[in-house]
Amino acid sequence: MTAALTLRPTLYEELVPGGGHTSFVLKRGQLLRITDIEGGANASLLLLNAAEKSERLNLPDSLKCQHTAKLTAGHCLYSDMGRVLAAITADTCGWHDSFGGVLNAEEVAEQYGQGNYQQLRNGFFRNGVDNLLVEMGKWNLNLQDLLMCLNLFSKVTVDSDGCFHFQPGNSKAGDHIELYAPMDCLVVLTALQHPMDPNPVYAPKPLRLTWHKVESDGISVLCRTSRPENARGFHNTERLYI
Amino acid sequence: MTLTASDKHPEAAVYRATIGAGEPFLCEVKAGQSLRLLDLEGNQAVDTLFYSAQNPRERYDAQRTLRKQNRVYLSTGSVLYSNLGRPMLSITADTCGRHDTLGGACAQESNTVRYALDKRYMHSCRDNFLRASLNDGRLNKSDIGANINFFMNVPVTPEGGLTFEDGISAPGKYVELKAHMDVIVLISNCPQLNNPCNGYNPTPAEVLVWD
Repeated sequence: MTAALTLRPTLYEELVPGGGHTSFVLKRGQLLRITDIEGGANASLLLLNAAEKSERLNLPDSLKCQHTAKLTAGHCLYSDMGRVLAAITADTCGWHDSFGGVLNAEEVAEQYGQGNYQQLRNGFFRNGVDNLLVEMGKWNLNLQDLLMCLNLFSKVTVDSDGCFHFQPGNSKAGDHIELYAPMDCLVVLTALQHPMDPNPVYAPKPLRLTWHKVESDGISVLCRTSRPENARGFHNTERLYI
Repeated sequence: MTLTASDKHPEAAVYRATIGAGEPFLCEVKAGQSLRLLDLEGNQAVDTLFYSAQNPRERYDAQRTLRKQNRVYLSTGSVLYSNLGRPMLSITADTCGRHDTLGGACAQESNTVRYALDKRYMHSCRDNFLRASLNDGRLNKSDIGANINFFMNVPVTPEGGLTFEDGISAPGKYVELKAHMDVIVLISNCPQLNNPCNGYNPTPAEVLVWD
């Protein structure tokens, strides 16, 4: 499910080290590939409408309108305004988690112990809440905007009693997900371990980000047609540009 | 699924209010008080959000709450955590047995996606949340995060499926929560007519508070 690379020249490439955080506008018609370089990575992700940042990724809406608790290729990531912030046009690992969220500083200290900047310099133990808040703060967003986040590359299943089970090994070296933006989308992400990952050692994995130019939005056909809901989601999104 | 009854008597409540079908509601509950939400006629989704009254930027945090209990549904024993990591309320009694944390609230916009473009002008929970928030003045759109749907049944399968099923609630079922801090309670008594979350028939719910 990957279009020929000749049709989508690479615009830019960047490595996010484990523990790193970044944010940028993914422009309408661009494709972002996020690659798990070593295997076992996790990326906590938030999306917003770049032009009107009160419009934010709404995971409950994304899940219920596609009748799914997992997100993978063919699914759309919806805003609270019924628009598609990004469509998952390709995915080699098959499951991205909506349950786990991000840890704060106190929770990271409980899970991994103390790891401060004084001792570890840039290897200090970072946490998802602060990493996302720092990036969001750069766009004048704040705590209110830290909604449910998506944890890319991680799989958490729910058993018949409703209990969670973190599934290790969901993502292998080289696994990737592609996000196609049918509207200008502010991407906020951080590369940190999934909160339910039982590894007691703080060891976040790096990610590679690759921006592609896509010649036509035909790349989104899988997502547009996977469910009738998504055809209407794209309709709502295109209304932004009439 | 275990059910836990409460020994509190409605006559002893310090506050009682009925929320009509499809109506918004906002009130405060003080630390130490108990809040009961009562499904009067059965199969009624009660979309609910909690905020710290001292600092309304502090709110119910769905992902932290689920993670800390390692369970996707809420019932007796569940502690509702805030986005600052503090316990806000605990569920002390529950005669329904399971409450949804993932379905969020219906909105005009999501109704266009889920059902049809011409459903935009039907009444919705987000309309209620905004109306109550903006009239109250302490809350606004950016405070509205993922809510709890009391009495709503949204099973998640081991394969990652998610469906809205007929309610498991019935007339007189209730959930009771003890507040650990002064909280603002924001409710939309769900007006959704397009799916079985209200049994296609939205009905009133009652709010009771005990000291």
